[in-house]
Amino acid sequence: MSARRRSTAAVLLTLAVATAALAGCSSKSDDKAGSSDAVKVNATDTACEVSKTTFAAGHVVLDISNKGSKTTEVYVYGDGDKIVTERENIGPGTKASINAEIKAGSYEIACKPGMVGDGIRQKITVTGASGSAAPADPRLAAAVDAYRKYAQEQADATIPAVEAFAAAIKADDLEKAKSLFAASRTGWERTEPVAESFGDVDPKTDTREDKVEAGQQWTGWHKLEKSLWADAKIGDDEKKLADQLVNDLKDWQKKIPEAEITATSMANGAKELLDEVATNKITGEEDRYSHTDLADFQANVEGAQKAYELLKPVAAEKDADLSKTLDSEFAAINALLAKYKQADGTFTSYDKVTEAERKTFSDAVNSLGEPLSKLAAAVVAK
Amino acid sequence: MDAENEQQNATPDTADAAATKSAVSRRAVIGWAGAGVALGAAAVGSVAAATRQDDPAPAAAAPAGAEVPFYGEHQSGIATPVQDRLHFAAFDVSEKATRESLVKLLKEWTKAAAAMTGGREVGTGAATGLPEAPPDDTGEALGLPASRLTLTIGFGPSLFEKDGVDRFGLKAKRPEALIDLPGFKGDKLDPTRSGGDICVQACADDPQVAVHAIRNLARIGMGTVNIRWSQLGFGKTSSTTPDAQTPRNLMGFKDGTHNIAGTDTAKLADHVWAAPGDGPEWMTGGSYLVARRIRMHIETWDRTSLKEQEDVFGRTKGEGAPYGKAKEHDAPDLKAMPADSHVALAHPDANSGLMILRRGFSFTDGTDGLGRLDAGLFFLAYQRDSRKAFVPLQTRLASSDKLNEYIQHVGSAHFACPAGVRKPGEWWGQALFG
Repeated sequence: MSARRRSTAAVLLTLAVATAALAGCSSKSDDKAGSSDAVKVNATDTACEVSKTTFAAGHVVLDISNKGSKTTEVYVYGDGDKIVTERENIGPGTKASINAEIKAGSYEIACKPGMVGDGIRQKITVTGASGSAAPADPRLAAAVDAYRKYAQEQADATIPAVEAFAAAIKADDLEKAKSLFAASRTGWERTEPVAESFGDVDPKTDTREDKVEAGQQWTGWHKLEKSLWADAKIGDDEKKLADQLVNDLKDWQKKIPEAEITATSMANGAKELLDEVATNKITGEEDRYSHTDLADFQANVEGAQKAYELLKPVAAEKDADLSKTLDSEFAAINALLAKYKQADGTFTSYDKVTEAERKTFSDAVNSLGEPLSKLAAAVVAK
Repeated sequence: MDAENEQQNATPDTADAAATKSAVSRRAVIGWAGAGVALGAAAVGSVAAATRQDDPAPAAAAPAGAEVPFYGEHQSGIATPVQDRLHFAAFDVSEKATRESLVKLLKEWTKAAAAMTGGREVGTGAATGLPEAPPDDTGEALGLPASRLTLTIGFGPSLFEKDGVDRFGLKAKRPEALIDLPGFKGDKLDPTRSGGDICVQACADDPQVAVHAIRNLARIGMGTVNIRWSQLGFGKTSSTTPDAQTPRNLMGFKDGTHNIAGTDTAKLADHVWAAPGDGPEWMTGGSYLVARRIRMHIETWDRTSLKEQEDVFGRTKGEGAPYGKAKEHDAPDLKAMPADSHVALAHPDANSGLMILRRGFSFTDGTDGLGRLDAGLFFLAYQRDSRKAFVPLQTRLASSDKLNEYIQHVGSAHFACPAGVRKPGEWWGQALFG
């Protein structure tokens, strides 16, 4: 949930791999653009030159050369700065390439020397060839539809939960607000990769203190978490932030139908949820003031499991061993989490979880995350 | 810390050259050339070893990029000339693993180990395979030669029985020699840096190659085994190649002047390899490994006078000569040394000829929270029976070694390392599980 990590989700959501089961989206034909057709991007400290600004929809290769003195990033943005694809950390004097599936439409390519700011932008037009739906495994199309429905349900269920949280803040009820914090995050945490594909929502709602960029106002759950736990205060600012959180999440709720979801992005999203656990929850960084990390942990696992269960009919057929391993690892991690669930449904405060116990969690996450990283290939393998 | 026991020298195991060459070398051309050079060097090494005692020749270890054969009668990484770098990892088998899943892992590990020691990529490689899948090999060793990588596996006491439970039906096969090491005076062992069901010792001349090997094995093992602890080491402290200059430990003293040479088959047979009848048949040709993380109190040592430092070891700091003698390799006169000096206590002459093969490395894990260098010796010793070697020796050292004022044992582990994998198709632990 840093503003930065969202990218992978976005890339995967549009990657070429497509089972072309893009519900609600057109998809491209399968012919891969040779690298001779690649769009060359020359990034310098002051310019972002693109070899062509109009090209055909489908599989697009961007060959990037960073000729500047700073490390750069290259983004392709769609409407409303929705990230279509991106590549970070391109060192001075190095090259990188982006392979992405891009539909017809208007976009902007941005180079970000120094990896900050809005970037130097260049408008591009992607033409034609949309709507040629490739034949897809109907089971995957069904999985994508079901997953979109799930994502929508999670967003829909989040709104009342976050409204209750906001209401407690506005009623100056500190203890009640604290008790509603973790539950207000469940739907979001279950479907985080989808949420993060909308570039602008995540930075407003789920940024942690250390990830606030220069010039960015810190808003969202974690700012409120700090006020409630570390500062133990509710002031006018907190009340405004609570309203804003509700509004930002309603914005997210409305965007779900636009999310580009493919079988591949579902599988990779599941893996990313486990990455999220491995990177931020195991360490206790995510909810550092409230120590409600295990609630987020559980939601991440549930969301990953949902995506897997929907893909399982295909996965089990194409890679039975992998499917068996995933069944067993999901069961193991759920059993482990269950040990920390208390009678009232909340989880043990993470600051009470010892280093040795954290290692057990870490081992369980690795045991599940590693096979989960093979799900995407298993699902799309011919 | 270690027995002043040594000898030196080792031969790259000529036994068998490149086994499975099916996969592509990380460095196609150099990899092949390296293999050729390795064989040549092995031959030279034997000659040098034969003549070594009277005629120290230049070091005969295989060149740094070369390949050490994976297959052989004994595991490589024991008598093999000591490489420059270490990554040592101890694993615990996960709770839900079964004997079957463990065997499956050991087979996968063996394949990966054969590939990596041969300078080849794991599985389908680091930059190939399906674009939707993470690559099998993690990639940081691409373009690097085999770098004399050796991977040596061992099985700890807890694999055979843990908390009274015989998890994998191995209890009856536990060697008597694989004891739970006793506590020694002065030990301050950290459980998170001690023990382990399985260990893998990765040694290479390039640290990136050693780290790559452990990282990839750990990744393959996820779900079946979890890393319990691991240790990086540098600057080998105990040479098994007597003709090379004896390396110094972080206290500045030459360490390993008198180690068992990797070419001294008679001494290896007497002191290092388990022989038929020593214990269970599956360990014949194997060796028992004791690993100890020995922290040095660097700052206080550095404030110690030269005289005191030399008294602690019983050797001179510059030349490494035993007290009363002029040269490092002169036979020591133990009576000329302080009775509580390290060499006087650890030398084979003071221990009924007891010898161990040391293969330790220095370590520096940055500084601790108090600003002190977190450094010392990661002691690795191989022996035919730890009960008759490391245990009596360490009991003696722990009670009276003058060095104890400047060191502390903070990690400890014991492993039974079986004989070598003889040919492709065989696997690590086959004799134990098979």
